[in-house]
Amino acid sequence: MAELSARRRKERPFAPGTYPLVVVGSGPGGIQVSYALSRLGVPHAVISADEGAGGMFRRWPLFQRLLSWTKPFAPPHRESRAFERYDWNSLVAEEPEYRSLMPEFMDGSSSFPSRPEMERNVAAFAERAGVAVRYGCRWTATRRESGPDGDGFVLETTDGEYRCPAVVFAIGVAEPFVPPSPGSDLAVHYAGTRPAETYAGRRVFIIGKQNSGFELASGLLPWARQIILASPSPAKLSVNTKSLVGIRARYVQPYEDHVLGGGVSVLDAAIERLERTPDGAIRADLRRTDGGGDLGVEVDDVIAATGFVAPLLDLPALGVATAGRSGVPAQTPWWESATVPGIYFAGTISQGATGLQKNGLPPNSGGVHGARYNARVLAGHVARTRFGIERPTAPIDPAAIVDRLVEEATGSPELWHQKAYLAWVASMADDGGWRDAGIQPLAHVLDAPGPDALILTIEANADGAIYPVVYLRTARKTVERAIEPDPFLDFGGPDQRRQFAEAAAGLSGAVRA
Amino acid sequence: MPTQEEIVDALAGMTLFSDLSAPELQGVAHSFDERYFPAGERVIRQDLTGSAFYVILDGEAQIVVDGSPRATLGRGEFFGEVSVLLGEPPVADVVALRPLRCLVIPGPQVEGFLVAHPRVMFRMLQAQARRLRNANRWRS
Repeated sequence: MAELSARRRKERPFAPGTYPLVVVGSGPGGIQVSYALSRLGVPHAVISADEGAGGMFRRWPLFQRLLSWTKPFAPPHRESRAFERYDWNSLVAEEPEYRSLMPEFMDGSSSFPSRPEMERNVAAFAERAGVAVRYGCRWTATRRESGPDGDGFVLETTDGEYRCPAVVFAIGVAEPFVPPSPGSDLAVHYAGTRPAETYAGRRVFIIGKQNSGFELASGLLPWARQIILASPSPAKLSVNTKSLVGIRARYVQPYEDHVLGGGVSVLDAAIERLERTPDGAIRADLRRTDGGGDLGVEVDDVIAATGFVAPLLDLPALGVATAGRSGVPAQTPWWESATVPGIYFAGTISQGATGLQKNGLPPNSGGVHGARYNARVLAGHVARTRFGIERPTAPIDPAAIVDRLVEEATGSPELWHQKAYLAWVASMADDGGWRDAGIQPLAHVLDAPGPDALILTIEANADGAIYPVVYLRTARKTVERAIEPDPFLDFGGPDQRRQFAEAAAGLSGAVRA
Repeated sequence: MPTQEEIVDALAGMTLFSDLSAPELQGVAHSFDERYFPAGERVIRQDLTGSAFYVILDGEAQIVVDGSPRATLGRGEFFGEVSVLLGEPPVADVVALRPLRCLVIPGPQVEGFLVAHPRVMFRMLQAQARRLRNANRWRS
């Protein structure tokens, strides 16, 4: 707050008071949901503890290079919707001039943007699209309040109190977490890692074998004398899980060093205790979880790459249930707290709406490329259910239903980035015609009572095949039909068109392929 | 949100995992996600592919076939294994009867998990044998 210039302080919007909806956060999630709410005409305030847009990208990743790529010269035109499939980092907009901003800030040295490039990308979107935020306003506490217009919330902030019937928290999952264990105070969290060169010639023990652990190991390879990574469960590689579950290809080098005997050790072991030795080193006692004998190692530094949790403050005390290692709120398919109605989540914290996780594959809600669509769908849901703002559904020409299925299956970025999680829905109107019901959470549409609908997703299986799936939802039951995969991921071939036509005919009779 | 240690303690008290050592239990708790389902939410959907194996850490679930409730499962019990083992869509819905917390082993990882933990496989086989016996008694 003190760092805000006098000019910006004067310009600050959204003074404390009463609003129909408050969004907390100015990372990609907060900016995206505010943009989408504004385009729908939903009045709301946005507050943020930060001094500018960008969220976690104002600080991380540690080694200043993202894990998510953008391919500036992908086949589709850069301002097209289809380009979003190849751009994991831009926020999404209706106006072509605000779309796919990320390539504008990339210097061409990598398809993975640097941290400052990503920060500029988010800030540029907020500025150009006119997303107003009250920066330097930290949310500090929450309480419920009943008023003449019903129940609501009071958000206490460093600027004063905000009253609202509903709130969207887009506060990230970026609070450092070290599980308590004997001697854990001797470990420095990932967030507190020193500059890489200060580890020159040192023995480094990294707790954790997920991406942050391997990112650290990769960054310290040129400096450390010895690197040991340990955690109770085996390391998973994304190329083996065929998903974003596991260590991404960019960070696999330390693993290769391990399997080739190159000076890195990757252990499956629980950390029993850490102790300072008389000569100033740290001794780690390990219990192997792979059936091997217990181990003890002496190192110079211990870094806990044990992840981050959501900074929920007092929300659990308010009744917000959480689940999983990152302590994210359990959510309905529409990203509303499963236990406290009126509290919604956007951004990476939206991963608490877990979806079906078919074939063990989670959605990509923890990344911008998934969360940006969650935020847009959430904005539509909030507009519809809380503000009565309904966008009219467009009719679909019955003769063009197969064309539309092919188009969505081949080019829909929502379906491609959120496999088996977000679905395109064509619903059957009372007059027997098709209506475009847009993108909806699959977990919702499968359980909704009606109307009859054709539901399209992109899905993947454990063998790595990627294919469209059509669900036919009727009052009687829901039937699933997988469409044949294609080696070039082009689902417009004659066989696929025939299968789409057969699927659509299940609801409306004969359909032309 | 239960801590990893609390999940380990919960698993240690379950027949299914009763033969595992403490480090092995820690490996299990660390390997698989815990999920929360509010009352009324469908956990498994009848006839839809790609489901998983669920172990109930807390709460109750109801097995529903074609809309008819068939059985109730509680803490320490499990479901989803038949569909995963046979590679076929589930023949029942499983619905959270009240808030439900489960440890979830994704379908594609179940075979590897059971082969790596044969005592869990044996305990699962015993549980299945009991279910079969009870089903046979019910029919006769």
